[in-house]
Amino acid sequence: MIPTLGNFALALALAIAVAQSVIGIAGPMLRDRQILRAAPALAIGQFVMLGLSFLALVWAGVVSDFTVRNVAEYSSSTTPLFYRITGTWGNHDGSILLWCLILSLCGATVGAFGNSIPTSLRSRVLGVLGLVSGGFMAFVIAVSNPFARIWPPPLHGAGVNPILQDPGLAVHPPILYTGYVGFSIAFAFAVAALIEGRVDAAWGRWVRPWALVSWLFLTCGICFGSLWSYYTLGWGGFWFWDPVENVALLPWLTGTALIHSAIVVEKREALKTWSVLLAIATFSLSLCGTFLVRSGLLNSVHAFSASPDQGLFILVLLALTIGGSLLLFAFRAPVLAASGVFAPVSREGALILNNIFLCIIAAVVFTGTMYPPFLALLFNRQISVGAPFYDQAVLPLTAPLILAMAVGPLLSWKRAALLPALTKLWFVAVLALLVFGAFILRGHFVAALGLAGAVWVMLGALVDLAERIRLFRIPLGQSFMRLFTIPRAAIGASLGHLGFGIAVLGIAGMSLQTHTIRVLNPGQSIDLGGYNWKLISIKPATGPNYTARDATIEVSRNGHLVEIMHPETRYFTNQKVKTVAAAIRSNGVRNLFATFAGDNNSGGGEFRFNIHPLAPEIWLGGLIMALGGAISLSDRRFRVGAPVRSRLRRPSGSATV
Amino acid sequence: MSLSRRMLFGLPLLVVGVGGAGFYELLRRMQTGSYNPQAFNNPLVGHDVPDFTLPGVDGREGFDKKLLAAQTRPVLVNFFASWCVPCAGEAPYLDRLAKSGVDIWGIAYQDKPEAIGLYLAKYGNPYARLATDPSGRTAINWGVYGVPESFLIAPGGKVVWHVAAPLVPEVIDDQLRPVLRRLA
Repeated sequence: MIPTLGNFALALALAIAVAQSVIGIAGPMLRDRQILRAAPALAIGQFVMLGLSFLALVWAGVVSDFTVRNVAEYSSSTTPLFYRITGTWGNHDGSILLWCLILSLCGATVGAFGNSIPTSLRSRVLGVLGLVSGGFMAFVIAVSNPFARIWPPPLHGAGVNPILQDPGLAVHPPILYTGYVGFSIAFAFAVAALIEGRVDAAWGRWVRPWALVSWLFLTCGICFGSLWSYYTLGWGGFWFWDPVENVALLPWLTGTALIHSAIVVEKREALKTWSVLLAIATFSLSLCGTFLVRSGLLNSVHAFSASPDQGLFILVLLALTIGGSLLLFAFRAPVLAASGVFAPVSREGALILNNIFLCIIAAVVFTGTMYPPFLALLFNRQISVGAPFYDQAVLPLTAPLILAMAVGPLLSWKRAALLPALTKLWFVAVLALLVFGAFILRGHFVAALGLAGAVWVMLGALVDLAERIRLFRIPLGQSFMRLFTIPRAAIGASLGHLGFGIAVLGIAGMSLQTHTIRVLNPGQSIDLGGYNWKLISIKPATGPNYTARDATIEVSRNGHLVEIMHPETRYFTNQKVKTVAAAIRSNGVRNLFATFAGDNNSGGGEFRFNIHPLAPEIWLGGLIMALGGAISLSDRRFRVGAPVRSRLRRPSGSATV
Repeated sequence: MSLSRRMLFGLPLLVVGVGGAGFYELLRRMQTGSYNPQAFNNPLVGHDVPDFTLPGVDGREGFDKKLLAAQTRPVLVNFFASWCVPCAGEAPYLDRLAKSGVDIWGIAYQDKPEAIGLYLAKYGNPYARLATDPSGRTAINWGVYGVPESFLIAPGGKVVWHVAAPLVPEVIDDQLRPVLRRLA
């Protein structure tokens, strides 16, 4: 009964979305105030209906209603409650429903809190959102319905994929999807602006907070995913350049470019067309990220089973959304006139440099990801593009980005001199060079480059902050007070750069990792990286729906016990799958990582030990970056003094200069 | 607004259009079965094996390209490792295959002699000859993606078949056996 109601609510949400798109887009042409007010109400209604629908699916999972195919295939009577709930979005159909739910949440947020936006623009934005969300709900209902029933129902259900049974992965998809889907608002603003034929400073100010919210969720989502693969997949890597990871990185790169270019739109009314294109590109890449992977076209370890008719449906939807918006762009973009003029060496110039390099990196990653299928298509040759390509191609592109990152914030708008900015950074440069020298002497070129870059960015961000609070130029107490009076966006920006530097530090540190693979019997030990790793015992253990072999490893340094670690191999009885649960101990600046590959005949087992210097900083840096975004979001000008569009309203379409 | 500038604004649409057409074609080929992104087609298939000389394990003789090419019966070369879980999974099927009269030569990939010994003692030794590739260099030359991977070498040294997956009964019966029959 409840799943049927959920299905009905889904259909109702689709109907509302259709109404929302028609009224939202056509409404502003009718010049009727009543109609303009309808779109926000419809957006909220759509969210309520999808929310009910989603709750119905969660309910079916909680009570283990195995007549629902989705529940029968991805949950079981032995699955713990937490994973019965999270299992709702741990599969293809359910995750797309979650995707739609978040999309409608975006629309509802604009509907409920977008009062400062002119009603006609808001109506169009909601119309575009309704159009997108209607398309994807049609997809859910037509070919990917999570409420589909099976009869007779199975007795127990197949259960959650064991490697997905993990708290990190349970929260990862909602966060990542919020990041992906949040960019739909920036996209809708871009399309609405193209329809209106007007982009100005106020547009930049409206788009930026939405883009920032999605960006910070996407940052967190990518962080979580990377952390999950680090501790679950048991090979101690944090990024594999797998297509699924790449397609998450792509919108992050262009989204990062967007939140920077939107500053230029807001402050200087320049880069308008470019920002509109970035907004479209970012959401388009998000769509590709969610859906292209599911069409089965890309070879990835993150297999989502999808049928070919789903693939075709997705392709048509993508073509309509992306193609439609770009068609509009091709015709309407020339209408958007640039106005801000600036010299190449200026804050604007630095932000353009940031945009150029971020987009080139995105292009490289995109090419690497799409190269194998297109090579197969054109020349019938099959290859795979792996980590060495990305490492070699991305590193030289990141270097200038990192170099410019510390200098850019110190430049002034319109026209700046490079020398004063560089003199503020001289001791940072000296420190970075010292770090570079120290590691190059030990023969680690990549690590030396990365660590020096990290020092440069981190200290550069701190110098920027110190400059703003006029540290050491006015009394310390006053400097401290300034910390609360300068715009929060400035603090957020510094923190974001600091976080990026810290993440770079972690990634560079990881390149210095050491590891060994060894067969150990109880009582035997090995030395690795100054630590002594001793196998004490291997004992059986049981979990809620798996049995395990649990090894006890004592790690000591100079005779002092440092850690006791418990790597496990787990056998999931229901799915007959063996997984490896790594043991990780961190002290904040290095991780000890142990995996237990399996028993041997003589009571011992095979182990892999890693030491990952600075590894925790990768995710710490990511979270600090996201925190920077959050602080920036709390900036005064986004909260109060809501952006107001300049009085002058030129008739749309004739604004060409 | 000049025409070339207008065309510039249409460029993103053009790129997406071409890309979309490509994806449509890929999707169509995937449905007809002529494109499978999950398959690892090794470029070596249809060509001679690359030059290599590998040492054996525990003082026994390894093998090289010349020896492999000089065989009069097809040889299944199996890349495995003692640390690889799927390898242990395919071990019983390899044993059965060896007992049915197929020559299987093993190459231990990035492994230690003692670990190889333990592994073979536990899971059985189906290998007529055994070599070890501790650096993984030969595996790279062969285009090995991961272990286990198997190559069928025809007399003369040409690679006639390849699979980048464990040799489970479905793979053996549906793919390997027909090729072996064709060679016989």
